[in-house]
Amino acid sequence: MTWTNPLTLLRQGWTRHWNPERPVRTVVSNLPFEDLKKREQPNRQYEGNAIKTNKYRLWSFIPMNLFEQFHRMANIYFVGLAILNFVPVVNAFQPEVALIPICIILALTAVKDGWEDFRRYQTDQQLNNTPCFIFSRKQMCFVERRWKDVRVGDFVRVLSNEIIPADILLLHTSDPNGVCHMETSNLDGETSLKQRKVVPGFSTLGEPFQPHTFDSTVVCENPNNNLNLFKGYVERPDKRRTGFGIDSLLLRGCMVRNTDDAAGIVVYTGHETKSMLNNSGPRYKRSKIERKMNTDVLFCVVLLFFMCLIGALGHAIWLESFPSIPSYIVPDSNGNYTPSVLSGFYMFFTMIILLQVMIPVSLYVSIELVKMGQIFFITQDVELYDEELDRRVQCRALNITEDLGQIQYVFSDKTGTLTENKMVFRRCSIMGTEYCHEENAARLAVINGANEEEEVTIYQQTKLPSLFPLEELQDIHTGDENQANAQVTAANQRRSREAAGAQSDMAFSSPLETVVVPDRKLMLEVDREMASIQTGPYLDFFLALAVCNTVLLSSVTAQRQRVKGRRSSSYSGGSFHNMRQWFRKCGLGKVFTSMRFFKRRGETLRDPFSIDEDESDGFHSSDVSDATGQKDISSERKVKSGLSGSEEMCYEAHSPDEAALIHAAKAYGFTMVERTPHYVTVKLPDGALLKFEVLDILTFDSTRRRMSIIVRHPHTKEIIMYTKGADSAIMERLGNVFTDMSQVYSEAKQTAVKTQRDLDMYARNGLRTLCFAKKVISEQEFRAWSALRQEALSAIDEKEERLMETANFIESSFTLLGATGIEDRLQESVPETIQALRRAGMQVWVLTGDKPETAINIAYSCKLLEHEDLVFTFSTNRKSVFKMRVEDTLGELRRSTLSPGADPQFRGYSSAFTGPLMEPSIGLVIDGSTLSMAMSDELVEQFVELCKHCRAVLCCRVTPLQKSAVVKLIRQKLRVMTLAVGDGANDVNMIQAADVGIGVSGQEGMQAVMASDFAITRFKHLQRLLLVHGHWCYSRLANMVIYFFYKNVAYVNLLFWYQFFCGFSATAMIDYWLMIFFNLFFTSAPPIMFGIMEKEVSDSTLLSLPELYKRGQHSEGYRRSTFWIAILDAFYQSLVCFFIPYWTYNGSDIGIFAFGTPMNTVSLFTIILHLAIEIKSWTVVHWVIMIGSVLVYFIVTLAYSAICISCNPPSDPYWIMHKQMADPMFYLVCILTTVVALLPRYTLHVLRGTLAPSPHLRARQLERLSPSHREQRIREWRGLRDTCISPSPSA
Amino acid sequence: MMASSYSAKEEDGHHSGPAGLGAATRTRKPDNTAFKQQRLPAWQPILTAGTVLPAFFIIGLIFIPIGIGLYVTSNNINEFEIDYTGTDMSSPCFNCSQNFSWNSTTPCKCVLSFYLDQPFESNVFMYYGLSNFYQNHRRYVKSRDDSQLNGDERSLKEPSKECEPYRTNENKPIAPCGAIANSMFNDTLDLFYINPSGSKTQIPLNKKGIAWSTDKRVKFRNPGGSNPNLTAVFKDTAKPVNWHKPVYELDSEADNNGFINEDFIVWMRTAALPTFRKLYRIIQKNNNMTPTLPRGNYSLEVTYNYPVRSFEGRKRVILSTISWMGGKNPFLGIAYMTVGSICFFLGVVLLFIHHKYGNRNNSSDIAS
Repeated sequence: MTWTNPLTLLRQGWTRHWNPERPVRTVVSNLPFEDLKKREQPNRQYEGNAIKTNKYRLWSFIPMNLFEQFHRMANIYFVGLAILNFVPVVNAFQPEVALIPICIILALTAVKDGWEDFRRYQTDQQLNNTPCFIFSRKQMCFVERRWKDVRVGDFVRVLSNEIIPADILLLHTSDPNGVCHMETSNLDGETSLKQRKVVPGFSTLGEPFQPHTFDSTVVCENPNNNLNLFKGYVERPDKRRTGFGIDSLLLRGCMVRNTDDAAGIVVYTGHETKSMLNNSGPRYKRSKIERKMNTDVLFCVVLLFFMCLIGALGHAIWLESFPSIPSYIVPDSNGNYTPSVLSGFYMFFTMIILLQVMIPVSLYVSIELVKMGQIFFITQDVELYDEELDRRVQCRALNITEDLGQIQYVFSDKTGTLTENKMVFRRCSIMGTEYCHEENAARLAVINGANEEEEVTIYQQTKLPSLFPLEELQDIHTGDENQANAQVTAANQRRSREAAGAQSDMAFSSPLETVVVPDRKLMLEVDREMASIQTGPYLDFFLALAVCNTVLLSSVTAQRQRVKGRRSSSYSGGSFHNMRQWFRKCGLGKVFTSMRFFKRRGETLRDPFSIDEDESDGFHSSDVSDATGQKDISSERKVKSGLSGSEEMCYEAHSPDEAALIHAAKAYGFTMVERTPHYVTVKLPDGALLKFEVLDILTFDSTRRRMSIIVRHPHTKEIIMYTKGADSAIMERLGNVFTDMSQVYSEAKQTAVKTQRDLDMYARNGLRTLCFAKKVISEQEFRAWSALRQEALSAIDEKEERLMETANFIESSFTLLGATGIEDRLQESVPETIQALRRAGMQVWVLTGDKPETAINIAYSCKLLEHEDLVFTFSTNRKSVFKMRVEDTLGELRRSTLSPGADPQFRGYSSAFTGPLMEPSIGLVIDGSTLSMAMSDELVEQFVELCKHCRAVLCCRVTPLQKSAVVKLIRQKLRVMTLAVGDGANDVNMIQAADVGIGVSGQEGMQAVMASDFAITRFKHLQRLLLVHGHWCYSRLANMVIYFFYKNVAYVNLLFWYQFFCGFSATAMIDYWLMIFFNLFFTSAPPIMFGIMEKEVSDSTLLSLPELYKRGQHSEGYRRSTFWIAILDAFYQSLVCFFIPYWTYNGSDIGIFAFGTPMNTVSLFTIILHLAIEIKSWTVVHWVIMIGSVLVYFIVTLAYSAICISCNPPSDPYWIMHKQMADPMFYLVCILTTVVALLPRYTLHVLRGTLAPSPHLRARQLERLSPSHREQRIREWRGLRDTCISPSPSA
Repeated sequence: MMASSYSAKEEDGHHSGPAGLGAATRTRKPDNTAFKQQRLPAWQPILTAGTVLPAFFIIGLIFIPIGIGLYVTSNNINEFEIDYTGTDMSSPCFNCSQNFSWNSTTPCKCVLSFYLDQPFESNVFMYYGLSNFYQNHRRYVKSRDDSQLNGDERSLKEPSKECEPYRTNENKPIAPCGAIANSMFNDTLDLFYINPSGSKTQIPLNKKGIAWSTDKRVKFRNPGGSNPNLTAVFKDTAKPVNWHKPVYELDSEADNNGFINEDFIVWMRTAALPTFRKLYRIIQKNNNMTPTLPRGNYSLEVTYNYPVRSFEGRKRVILSTISWMGGKNPFLGIAYMTVGSICFFLGVVLLFIHHKYGNRNNSSDIAS
């Protein structure tokens, strides 16, 4: 929350006052002072760990909330008017009564704010009451306390998979190497584990930590929000200092992983922790309709101004027209008469008060309510619910629902958004030989094709205790392929269920997708090499696969301790035990023990995906008393792989590719079994363990696009560097294969050429490619390089550059080992979705960091590009070349588009039928470096114009920053509504740059979701979200806003017309209370219901006719003309509503309020029935609310005029309504007026419906046909459209 | 982050807890109900010429007879209006209208004679009409104290601020206070039938029942409850400055005196428009044989008190019989007939359109 309580500020100011100019914070142990009173504590000036993100307290709620609400212009306007009413010379109503509307509006908003704040308070409370372990001197052990009890200087112990309660300086871990792993996905969305090191000297390895012996002082910097910077030192009593940095700080909100327990001293707490300081509140976006609406509100202000001016002038002139002062002009209290000019001047303000409703203040409140309702329905949509993840669509931005209906450009990420981002090892090429793994491919095909029915039956099968062990499964795949496939399928399905909710837990080590069925030919090769020489390229290749990565292992026991709901607020502290009891009672042990797999010694691995319920209960209870003694809700979701040890391991990979590779290596028997900072142990197919000493790791970066690991072989003692990377990054650095013509290299050259060929083939097939290479480094060479490296590491200036240089230096002259092709499968229904979005008139762009070949391939397979399309590829490093090509292309395009005589400007939605006939649709592929040229100032205009002609644009090799730059460019240059959809941290920029940002919650953490406005789980949901909900929300809101303007103007004008007959004296002929009620109760519910529930065209029709979406894109629901037509209609209707009663009652003995009553009633009818004309589908709710509104009007009015004898002094409503309702004239007037007022609109609707039916009307007519007819008609319609629309990308 | 961003947390899908607990017991799957899935059965009218044709014809067919009925009824109402403002030199009231002062104690009388060429059969309502009198002026409208008029003792002593400057006079509270009461119409009108023989017969004018019964019974009450001695009740109050008599001398009859005087009540119900009439008297039909006002000559004797020259107003006397639809007003009847005809005409146009275009649409719908 960016919000800071003024009191907090004050308090902070106060504390600052106390310790002025202290750039550092010193922390000592609290333990010696444990018994002292608070004011004697050494760390007393630091805040506690309790957090408070709610803005208000009970007592300060009203003043603070009011203060905030007055930041809104509209509220100020209305309060200003209410205050104006207290000025006697200008008041129009009783001052107190005039306060009512604004009070109600403020109260409504306050209730909403208060509720939201209360929700925040509840989450805070839950967090503050989360249990944690604090060391107590009295009991000499860690005791369970709450987060809020943590203070600076406390010693806190965090167990594996627990969330860190405060920023803790790490002093002890159970890890023998003194490290602790931490997952920061809560903080930055990165799912990789971060290593933290113990500050040395305070605990001995293997011994329990003894905080009471800690007698040093911790000095560190003051709290700041830099997540990557922290420094300080620990000073011992003997003045020795030990420095530490960010790598010793455990951050609040992160989770300890892979480490049984870690302990340390708390340095920052509560709001001063780095995670809290990094926290920013939800963003406020303003939707397109709202922007437009605000200008229309200004028009209303202008209108109001003129009406008031007319009133003021009219009053002055009217006063002047009398020869002497008439008896009905009331002098002021002194008996003096105000000069007419001055009264005119006063009258201006009085008129503002009288006609204030012209500015629809209730509109803002109503819009908020409507959006809440719309969001409710979006999140309730069962079609957008993801069964696997148990997740609905999330609406994180609360006020841009209708923007979903106006999207013109869609920018999509590729990996993880269009594709699953579940990498599957598909093929490899070793030493120039390609292994296509066809069994594996067959298995994957089955996974894809598995249908629901199969799943159910097979799922039951898997429950049987004796199941095919995995090895067996692999062996028998030829014998009983169906069975095996089914097995896998079922397990896969099961896993996906199981992983529900665990997705965000970074499980890249996804199980079945990564289980590789080895290629038999390759298996034989490997076996041969293993058997004979124990070395060779095949072994090297798989060793590289197994070693050259940053995959970490975590043991199952560690996993088991995972506290459930780490991200959620669902740990309810002390109730854990109760809960467990309850679950045991209910026999729900299986819930906890699901997915726990045990390998029985001497047996083959059991199917890891089966559940043995009988067993699990027993295990469950034994778990409770487990040595770890932790909260034991076990919900491990990682896939266990059988290892020779008694413990099962699971891989926690940085990227899905790495997981896929390491699983592939495992399939061939090369299993990485251990990774410490200094050693990597790999189990070979024959069971031998190879323990490599890790000498250095050159981590992956996007410029080098490769990573290397330098290890010492345990047997040969050779120093070997294994490298993997993008093909270009490796190929160009292979020893001089292409230049050196000597005999030695010719074989290597052959290999390289063949591998390159395979790589190209992989790319064509849409596989992600990686090359593997090896280099043997001599001892001296390594030593020399190592020295350089160390120097670079310790360098202060240009550290990055120097590190890069050293890396580049050593990473050269590789020997190519082979290449892998990893498939990233397309998500389901992606091509259909893209096609539908296209049909709906959206331009779809794909921005990816992948290489062009892969990207193009994916583009073809997801129908972004069609095979008959004309595809221009721009990939050049020279600006001049690029410029020339762009100009050429543009020239050609202009010629071809202009020749059919179609002016692109007129190829709008309405003229879809007149568009030019077939014309090749154009695709554009551009890579990152070319893109940056294209976006340079001199070329940008041409580039944008070129893009306008293109049906599809594909940007490859773009950086996150470029992604957002592209989005911004298009958004600004073309003034279009943009939508960005992505799943990873690299899409965050783009998501934030677009008008609507959509996060796909998938494999890569929550960062994209955190930044997004809407979060979906699958790309295909976009179709429904935009075409159905976006369209609905847009038309609903647009219609409602228009209606609101109409309603207010129509009603207020009644009062205005009356001014011509009351000497412009600002008399209202309608009782003021009834006027308030009119807006508040009688006519407020129908438009809100209309805004939430109106459904012009059903969702199925919208989905089958995406073309209907274009109305929103072209803002046809809410245009300036729509607004003015509504205003004109309002004027007409108010004239009718005023003058028909006027002529009826003119000259009769009717009283003011008796005259106003039929008008009020008539405008109620008109306003309600006007809406009724607009409502396209009437459900029970509609009927109830519409009829209810009318009933409420009569009941309230009757009751009010029966009760109120002298309660509202200026007016006397007493018995007027009854009198009127006893008079047949009243009904005759009401009926006639309503009919006359609505006749034009009704007739217009009818004529339009008959003579020029809009596409929406035609779609509605389609809905009436029988399903088969409808299908046929839709097909015809689309066929007709297709020929017209698709070739006009600029439409 | 997780610690505080409420919106993030709330929405990121972990509320029910991940698989371990939540999946089996409760999922976040939305209820598949018609309401939540927006699938409520709905009536979806489509406005095309074909579907709305009947509506237009029906409206036309209903409105035209109503209009005719209204028009006939309005025409059957007898109404006679006579202006007695006296702006013309020739008018008998000219003199009275010229020498005017609110304070003149000697009443000015004038007599107008007129001829009714049609007998008024049923009860005849006698109105006085004022034009250009803005009883609906905002300051004027609110210049009254309803609780005082409701008999509230406290308001009698301490009238509402709204009555300023007609709130107190010579330190006494004015009863009834305010500008409306102060400007009460105070002409007296008497009607005489001039027999063919030349002798005058005064026509009895009923002054009861001209105000709304609810006003008389509930809204307006004399202070002091049932105390019949109004003089005592209004002892400490002053009369409105423009009045000649205090409020307790408005009428001789006890049940028509003080605040519940019907003329007063009628006046206090402010008119909606600057040209208005107010009911003055009712001429009851007393026997079935003779009309209430037979054809013939009449004379109207006016005690001319009320000044209208300052705002160029007119004063009229209106005699009118009354039907169920009130006074004579042909407007509504004509309007109904017009609107009915328009609807009928539109219906015909739509029928044409429907035949020409609607059929084409429909047939193509079916044909395909």
